[in-house]
Amino acid sequence: MALTGIQIFKLLPKTNCKKCGFPTCLAFAMKLAQGGVELSACPDVSEEAKKTLGEASAPPIRTFDLGTGEKAVKIGGETVLFRHEKKFVNPCALALNVKDSLSDGELAEKASEVASSEIDRVGQKLRVDAVCVEYASGDAARYEAAVRLVAEKAPEAAVILNCKDAAAAGAAVKAVEGRKPLLYGADDGNAEAMAAVAKAHGVPLVACAEGPGALSALTEKIRGLGVEDIVLDSGAKTAKEIIEHNTQIRRSALKKNFKPLGYPVINSVLRDDPLFEASVASVAIAKYASIVILGSIEKWKNLALFTLRQNLYTDPQVPMQVEQKIYEIGEPGADAPLMITTNFSLTYFIVSGEIENSRVPARLAVMDCEGLSVLTAWAAGKFTAAKIAQFIKESGVENRISHKELILPGQVAILSGALEDKLEGWKITVGPREANAIPTFLKNRA
Amino acid sequence: MSYVIPKESYTGKVLSFDFGKDDRAVTVGGENTLPFLSFEGQQPSRPVIACEIQDCPPDDWPDTVKEAYKDVSGDPVAWARHCQDVLNAKAIALRLLSTHPDRDDRSAEDAAGTVRDVLAAVDVPLVILGSNHIEKDSTVLVAAAEAASGYNCIIGKAQEGNYKTIVAAALAHNHKLIAMSELDINLAKQLNILITQMGFSKEKLITDPMCSALGYGLEYTYSVMERIRLAALAQNDPTMQPPILGDVGMYVWKIKETVAPEADVPEWGTLRERGIAWEAITATAMLLAGTNLLIMRHPAAIETVEKTIDELV
Repeated sequence: MALTGIQIFKLLPKTNCKKCGFPTCLAFAMKLAQGGVELSACPDVSEEAKKTLGEASAPPIRTFDLGTGEKAVKIGGETVLFRHEKKFVNPCALALNVKDSLSDGELAEKASEVASSEIDRVGQKLRVDAVCVEYASGDAARYEAAVRLVAEKAPEAAVILNCKDAAAAGAAVKAVEGRKPLLYGADDGNAEAMAAVAKAHGVPLVACAEGPGALSALTEKIRGLGVEDIVLDSGAKTAKEIIEHNTQIRRSALKKNFKPLGYPVINSVLRDDPLFEASVASVAIAKYASIVILGSIEKWKNLALFTLRQNLYTDPQVPMQVEQKIYEIGEPGADAPLMITTNFSLTYFIVSGEIENSRVPARLAVMDCEGLSVLTAWAAGKFTAAKIAQFIKESGVENRISHKELILPGQVAILSGALEDKLEGWKITVGPREANAIPTFLKNRA
Repeated sequence: MSYVIPKESYTGKVLSFDFGKDDRAVTVGGENTLPFLSFEGQQPSRPVIACEIQDCPPDDWPDTVKEAYKDVSGDPVAWARHCQDVLNAKAIALRLLSTHPDRDDRSAEDAAGTVRDVLAAVDVPLVILGSNHIEKDSTVLVAAAEAASGYNCIIGKAQEGNYKTIVAAALAHNHKLIAMSELDINLAKQLNILITQMGFSKEKLITDPMCSALGYGLEYTYSVMERIRLAALAQNDPTMQPPILGDVGMYVWKIKETVAPEADVPEWGTLRERGIAWEAITATAMLLAGTNLLIMRHPAAIETVEKTIDELV
């Protein structure tokens, strides 16, 4: 359990020496309790206090990098069970599974698919983050060669080594040591040998057991062997096992502060039917996986899974914004109506959806109001006549249309007079107050 | 440290009702746990998927899903039979879209005729939906409720602006009712209260907090549904205990990802699979957030989600 500021204060030197940068030990203790500062900022803290505080202040789910370099992804570090409570922190990594028994040509092709999987969606670059090489050949030399090849063809992806043979795994780790591969993994039979490999090369290790109970015993054993960066595989195969195990693991870590399960989770969702696999993968993405292993990464599937991951890992407290620009809906001609709204994503989705429903091609000017809805943006002084006029002038939309009429949301009808003053020569029309009246409104004009 | 399964026990429970007739009736709701967590509670009824049809040709549906019904979609009766007999749909959702003033503005009497024809042609339970035009729905759904009297259907959607007449019709003809509000837990709660204050039993209600497509506000629907379900279970709030509806198809099959050809966006992959995946994943996310009844369009998406439900229950 996390300690309170007062409990922490009791363990500090109480000298008020200010070396930590805070005026008093109590102030430092309070900040420490909120997680706003590291204990190491206190130079005089006792060994005993360090031990007690270190254990209590460790985050409930450990965080570390999967892979290396710019495209390494942070996994773990989650703090809630439901995204409306607080943001889900580190979006789960997606990995493509490949077997070392494939031909070199097939391996290279699959690795290249991973390397070229990046897509831009609403301003974020999204990609398949990792490639998981499965030891299916039973031939250690073949495994090492396959791992080398895949790592070379997917030079920025994280590498996961799915191999329970410690000797073969050891050789493969060595071959791609600079990429800090995730070793997958240790079970009851090979824990000592696998932990030794992980420790020797400083790489994270997956603990594999049947169910969260057995898994917690195994992670304690592995941690005792000196490996700290651990990933959990509870043996979940079906969608039900995934949701149940992952829920139990996250609840144990967050609500019981049960350290043996305070690690990120890996789920494999391989299915023969790629569509079905996508649906099961979405169960893992929504329900607490930190790494999801896929059997195929078709472009349509990537787009859908990336989008789900992006949606669910959005900060619920920060309004989602869309890019400020003139959006064309349908195929608007020069005489098509021009409407304006703010860049709160939900406002944009609803307004553009209703314009689509009207089947009247139109332009929608979406203005940056820091993600506020129309009425809120108006109240906050971000959606004013002067700012709208400036945006319309600078957007250059005038050159693309044959009229000078702007349709204003009905909620801000009050702006129409001022806007006609600021936008010389323009006619300002007041549109509907609610988006669901847009189709009727647009059709009646046509 | 030894591991103890971290179970939650809730004081509240999701209400349940059945709709449809005789041995084809299906039950929705009834769980006393968050979705699919059998280790701590019961979820006695499996989520239900109703296959969506409409009373006019689906001209505005994208090709991928229009193609799936091209031989039957000219006639709602043939379409309904196809869903029941060929696709083995467990329920059908009939949308009376042609009554919308911007479509064909067909009369409430015409709509009632379509409802009678469809009910006579199939045995599976029916969800009867208006065209989502506040004023028109309040006459269309009244006529439809009367036409379906005795069939124990779900009718909707009753919204803040038109619920009174629709509630009265559902009450008079003994149907279940969809209460729809726009993406706000407080609005959902308020509408449920207003409806029950008219003497309509909360045990015959289903809440539609408004669906949204993957990539187009899905996270809002997801969180509103999760909060409704937590209010029902953990806070034992009776006004939040009706089961939840997810009207997925109509939100998915209009967005760019289900319409744009691969030639325009090669990085998005094949259009057919993309559209089907979009509907299936949106629906799967809704199930995880607490949806009990889904309305969907594409047969392949429905089949995929049914397979996922097979694994989840």
